[in-house]
Amino acid sequence: MSTGVASRLQGTGQHLVARVAALRGSDARSVLKRVALPMIGLLVMLMLWEQGAKQVQTSLGALPGPVAVWEQAGNLWDEHRAERAKAAAFYQRQDERNAERLAKNPEAEVRIRSYTGKPTFVDQIKTSLVTVMSGFLLASLIAIPAGLAIGLSPTLYAMFNPVIQLFKPVSPLAWLPIVTLVVSAVYVSDDPMISKSYLVSMLCVMLCSIWPTLVNTAVGASTVSTDLVSVSRVLRLHALSHVWRVVLPSAIPMIFAGLRTSLGVAWMVLIASEMLAQNPGLGKFVWDEFQNGSSASLGRIMVAVLTIGLIGFLLDRCMLWLQRNVSWDKNAILR
Amino acid sequence: MKTHLELSDVCMDFPTPKGTFNALHHINLKVAQGEFLSLIGHSGCGKSTVLNIVAGLLKATQGGIIVNGHEVNSPGPDRGMVFQNHSLLPWLTVYGNVALAVRQVFGGKKTRAEQREWIEHNLELVNMAHAMDKRPHEISGGMKQRVGIARALSMQPQILLMDEPFGALDALTRAQLQDSLMEIQARLGTTVLMVTHDVDEAVLLSDRVVMLNVGPGATIGKVLDVDLPRPRERLALAESADYHHCRAEILHFLYAGHSASAAEPAAGAGETRLHLLPKKVANG
Repeated sequence: MSTGVASRLQGTGQHLVARVAALRGSDARSVLKRVALPMIGLLVMLMLWEQGAKQVQTSLGALPGPVAVWEQAGNLWDEHRAERAKAAAFYQRQDERNAERLAKNPEAEVRIRSYTGKPTFVDQIKTSLVTVMSGFLLASLIAIPAGLAIGLSPTLYAMFNPVIQLFKPVSPLAWLPIVTLVVSAVYVSDDPMISKSYLVSMLCVMLCSIWPTLVNTAVGASTVSTDLVSVSRVLRLHALSHVWRVVLPSAIPMIFAGLRTSLGVAWMVLIASEMLAQNPGLGKFVWDEFQNGSSASLGRIMVAVLTIGLIGFLLDRCMLWLQRNVSWDKNAILR
Repeated sequence: MKTHLELSDVCMDFPTPKGTFNALHHINLKVAQGEFLSLIGHSGCGKSTVLNIVAGLLKATQGGIIVNGHEVNSPGPDRGMVFQNHSLLPWLTVYGNVALAVRQVFGGKKTRAEQREWIEHNLELVNMAHAMDKRPHEISGGMKQRVGIARALSMQPQILLMDEPFGALDALTRAQLQDSLMEIQARLGTTVLMVTHDVDEAVLLSDRVVMLNVGPGATIGKVLDVDLPRPRERLALAESADYHHCRAEILHFLYAGHSASAAEPAAGAGETRLHLLPKKVANG
């Protein structure tokens, strides 16, 4: 018996950990924990929602319960399909007309117009994603190099730390009027490639999501182990390769923790700034429905709320996956 | 044999909020080519500071380091360093860690194939060729320290500096690594300067043991020549009277130093300007 246990315990610690994890995974109690409990939680929430919503009367009727919201989700999808069908029909008609015209006269000037229907819920989700990702990428492109510089230089840190601390807690709603005015003044073009509302929302997202990455990168860069710095000095790595080979990899776990926070902030900020800047994304959808004030509006807003939550969750999972894959610190518990 | 490394009148002061802290006080030391020299003393006496000054990681307040007749002020691969806690870059593989050093030192001098061969050669030297593609978190502490030694050796250093290299390892692993180190040093003939607090380790490995007085203002208290024949066998030495005599000398110094310093902090200040010539240098 004891030898059996001993032989089982042999091998590296990692094998042991893997084995224990496997044993736990097959355990019925753990299945219950991982699948059943969240389901129960979800059900409880749906029941509370259904019962609670009936009690709240608004000028647009009672708050919609889960069933009403589900119906509205179906409606939004149907509207999207209908709009797409219209667009397809429009392009088909246009193509036929142009072909006809070319057949009569090969020299004829053919115009191709794009369909100008109203954006559907799905289009708005796409717009929101494009806006948030571009703002977030721009913020990261600024924050990571700036963070490395501030983390590596005590002088720069002393200079900019107060500024960072001052701007970090500023809400997007405070930035928005300024950004709007600046964009209106600076971005003057008769035929704008990108719309002003997109630019305003994107810049707001950038201004708010830059800080977590910046601060984390600076901390990561300034806390490189002194032994690793000594290694770099003994090897006489020159400044750039010191940053590239020692500081940056060393700071990667911190940088990614910052990026993840930043993306969360970016997504939250986006909805608010889209509402106010009228960028045709999910924020504008919510605002338009609120202004619309039909009996279905509350249900449609609820669909948007749940969509926003789901996309936020998925974005966070993507970042977590990235974080796990690029982080060399395999002992860090990431969740 | 000629003097390879010389510490000339090295003093070290650290500024602290309470005023200047005098860590080292006029340290003079000459190390011969190919010699294995240990620095031993109580913790906090400044042994590691001496090593860091030789490495160029710290700048002495007064005095300097002379290697082959030239003063050195900055760190460089000619003085390969083995750190106490291995200091491998955790995001690189075993191979990658050694490769970083090799590329840096031999970048323009060796072809890629030659570099690869040299990296593998050094990993074989410390018996780590089998784990080339592992990352530091996948191997044991002893293995990490082997890789640390391979990295230092791969720079083809004139002097190997070791800062309590085996301090964090268990007794059996430490013994294995000590044997490997003796073998490698016998083969390569590298000059080694090692900091340790382990009396047995100092006697087993060294040609000379330099004992430091307790700081602040640490000075060289005593130098012991270890005249045991090489190659040394751990088990045979356990029976050797010379070995026990050396051990006893160091232990006496360490315990006496401790009690004397408690009573009389400036003990040994008179010997500070004593130049300590290695036996090999004196005889040659």
